[in-house]
Amino acid sequence: MSATFSRVFEIHGRDFTNAGRVSTEIKDLLKRMGIDAALVRRVAIASYEAEMNVVMYARHAVLILTVTPAAVALEIADEGPGIPDVDLAMQEGWSTATSEMREMGFGAGMGLPNIRRNSDAFTINSMVGHGTRLSIRVDVM
Amino acid sequence: MTEPYYHSVRFDLGLCDGCLACVRACPTDAVRVRRGAAVMLEDRCIDCGECFKVCARRAVRTLTGSLAELSKFDYTVAVPSPALYTQFDTEVAPAVVLEALRRVGFDDAAGMSSACAATSIAINHYLAGYRGQHPVISSFCPTVVRLIQVKYPTLLDQLLPMLSPRELTARDVRRRTMEETGLPADRVGVVYVTPCPAKMVSLVDHPGMDRSYFDSAVSIGDLFLHLMGAIAEVEEEGQAPLETETATGLSWALATGVAASRPAEDTLAVAGLPNVVRILDDIEKGKLGRYAFVECHACPEGCVSGVLTVEDPYVARARAIRLVRTLGPDRDLDRDRVWRESEAGAFRMPHRITPRPMRPLHDDIAIAITRMTDRDRVLSLLPRIDCGACGAPTCDAFADDVVRGEVTDDACVFVREKRIEALVKDLAALVRRQAPSAVGREPS
Repeated sequence: MSATFSRVFEIHGRDFTNAGRVSTEIKDLLKRMGIDAALVRRVAIASYEAEMNVVMYARHAVLILTVTPAAVALEIADEGPGIPDVDLAMQEGWSTATSEMREMGFGAGMGLPNIRRNSDAFTINSMVGHGTRLSIRVDVM
Repeated sequence: MTEPYYHSVRFDLGLCDGCLACVRACPTDAVRVRRGAAVMLEDRCIDCGECFKVCARRAVRTLTGSLAELSKFDYTVAVPSPALYTQFDTEVAPAVVLEALRRVGFDDAAGMSSACAATSIAINHYLAGYRGQHPVISSFCPTVVRLIQVKYPTLLDQLLPMLSPRELTARDVRRRTMEETGLPADRVGVVYVTPCPAKMVSLVDHPGMDRSYFDSAVSIGDLFLHLMGAIAEVEEEGQAPLETETATGLSWALATGVAASRPAEDTLAVAGLPNVVRILDDIEKGKLGRYAFVECHACPEGCVSGVLTVEDPYVARARAIRLVRTLGPDRDLDRDRVWRESEAGAFRMPHRITPRPMRPLHDDIAIAITRMTDRDRVLSLLPRIDCGACGAPTCDAFADDVVRGEVTDDACVFVREKRIEALVKDLAALVRRQAPSAVGREPS
């Protein structure tokens, strides 16, 4: 089982006009490969939340998608403010979103918890003043 | 796993000149031009009729029924889409159009208004008890249902599992006609007057149902001239038939028919395929969960702009709005009774709608993943300008076809040109390298 597909995407902070395009493209690629519908949905939700976190808080990020017959993995490394208290950020309902972000329907404090809920393996590392790195893996049944 | 799809559009290869108009118009990349003529990729077609609309050569045929078929039955009833009423002058009342249908060959005609009104209530009943993922997506536009089956199978659980007002009307009409005439079910022909080819397909192969309650469908366009004459005749007689259609029924011809009976804060109405695609993408990513219901129509203004209609969609829309204002409210509508019927399952689709996902790059995931990497290599050779000269709508779609082995990459004129250039260079180099002593020597 050496089949692997990988692609790198860039996400630009504050670019609300194009926000969500990367996760739409990932979804499209997974469907072309015939990945199971329920798994596509979990990846779609996780990648969208991760993408929006970059758009809202960071300057720039690189997302690496890796697909094997066993799992879909996402690595998102951003250059941004970082998260001072990761445990707090992982709590549902906790958010530093501004009122404009909330007006757009974000900032309910569900982003990171939602990513974790939709993944089989999830790690987060953050360095204040530098950035945040998320690793997400969603397994084929 | 999936049976072949029945489709309502066919390409007439004798008329097709391979112009690419349909290839470019298709919202699901389901058409290619190969050897100079259009070919349909059946697993991708959602019967929207865009190819029919744009074909200047009239090489795209839609398979609807004809009036001649009526002779197969002892008694026929026409059930028109409310969009039909918007095709004539605003002064023409729906009751007159129904009367005209009775004069062009049908034994009777019945409107959908009361089923629309009941369905609006039943939707609210369904949503009140719904505990699944939000939003629920309307299922009355068959093209939207096909789109979800083909491209968004993850959203099937969010499709409203209810019979459409047209099917409910057909069911009631058949039952009533059998009672009144004493005829068996197969001698009664219930015929839909359709604004689009998708509803024609839904009669033959209805997702979520064993079979449709309709026997056939004729297009608004095919009936139009006959009806014009009959309408003039009815109007000349000067006796206005009793109006049975209502404001609710007419509003269902528009893109906001269902949304009109829902609170604005938790309901969206989306129309036009590119917009529907965008909203389904958003729903799939987990957005819009705070909305209870999304009404989706493939045609930009709802059924009044169906591809088999005659009138300009905006004129038709304006007429529908006027009719909504002038027609009366729903009569004999017993909300409690509808609520109880809904409780008892009278509006439910009998079966779950099953996915019909478009073909992946290969059925074996490992091979599909390898092909995906190959596809990136193919894409790197392509100009990425989506010129269509290869017969595919985009370079992306062409790359899919190449890795599937359906075409070779040199079907792309740019790849071909580069390859010829390289060959010419090699050939020139080869000619230069030939030993001068071996050139031009006469055999001894």
